[in-house]
Amino acid sequence: MGKIYDVIVIGGGPAGYTSAIYTTRAGFDTLVVEKFSAGGQMTQTSQIDNYPGFPDGVDGFDLGSKIQQGAERFGAETFQAEVIDVDLKDKIKKITTPDRVLLARSVIVATGAEHRQLGLENEEELIGRGVGYCAACDGMFYKGKTVVVIGGGNSAAADALLLSKICKKVIVVHRRDTLKAEKFYHEPLFKAQNVEFEWNSTVCEILADNNVTGVRIKDLVKGKEREISTDGVFISIGRHPQTQLFRGQMDVDKNGYIIADETTKTSINGVFAAGDVRTKIVRQIVSAAADGAAAAHFAEEYLANI
Amino acid sequence: MSVLAVNKNNFQKEVLESDRPVLVDFWAGWCGPCKSISPIIDEIAAENSEIKVCKVNIDEEQELASKFHIMSIPTILVIKGGKVVNKSVGIKPKNQILELL
Repeated sequence: MGKIYDVIVIGGGPAGYTSAIYTTRAGFDTLVVEKFSAGGQMTQTSQIDNYPGFPDGVDGFDLGSKIQQGAERFGAETFQAEVIDVDLKDKIKKITTPDRVLLARSVIVATGAEHRQLGLENEEELIGRGVGYCAACDGMFYKGKTVVVIGGGNSAAADALLLSKICKKVIVVHRRDTLKAEKFYHEPLFKAQNVEFEWNSTVCEILADNNVTGVRIKDLVKGKEREISTDGVFISIGRHPQTQLFRGQMDVDKNGYIIADETTKTSINGVFAAGDVRTKIVRQIVSAAADGAAAAHFAEEYLANI
Repeated sequence: MSVLAVNKNNFQKEVLESDRPVLVDFWAGWCGPCKSISPIIDEIAAENSEIKVCKVNIDEEQELASKFHIMSIPTILVIKGGKVVNKSVGIKPKNQILELL
């Protein structure tokens, strides 16, 4: 039998590595399992201005690495692999990766969320041929071109603003009649000469030959459909939690988020849910980090009593 | 084996004329997800001597990026006998990248 860790953290974003800072400082053997580099969703954002302590903002990838380094300074280990199975019911919990089975007395689930797809038929096959989810990554390919941004929340607004500086024209398609994004984004977007809005509208079809050529949008008020030409479509319609592995073992809500209150305690003893993966109202880097601290606290309490 | 940075001058020889299958990672320094999968690409190179692993910085090698119609990064191509036989766009875990081969 392999080593039994005190704590295994699944997911190396701000919640996961923050919990590892706390558990290692408390003297618990901690392993973080992450399928990519540290950081999670924030690696897709080059300029983060709402994480305290960085007056000039910070690159998401860099912030993720720094939080990881902070945890590793106190002895947290990182294992880079995708978790493909978990068995969490027993006192010794089993985490399976393609090459290894890992064992722990307690588990912090910090798997976060990932971008949601529109669910249109040809969406998947057009990824990389005009359909994208990361404006910071792919915006440069649309220099001087026209793009559609779908969505009206913070990430859609940030994408539209970034793209407005690169592209000839940005068309924001949003199903409501106002932006849901923070006020901070409104003025620069409404002021930008090259940003247009299609309110109360959804994209019902992506038009393409080899690459994206346009979208068909539906006006939800008038019920009318029409086509608009575009070179690219950036989809920014929110996230869904990465909890496929855990469904059936612990309670999740109707959207798949793991049910846990501020204590981060899940329906399984010794298993905690921290960050975007948990049922909560505010999903920010700083609130994910805060969850990490709470999860570590209650994991420590659990470990002291078994 | 370590990852080989290729450019338009050595692409023909190192990639298209390679006797081993080649995994090519198109990336850029400003792309967070590209940096996120970079350690996985390094690991794949270190663990699989039967393939060759190359990287193309699309900022420096725009000709190569447009030749292969790269419109989203990271993009990973598998090239065998000078032909693209598989392609993956976006960030993927290691086992899914290995499946491309």
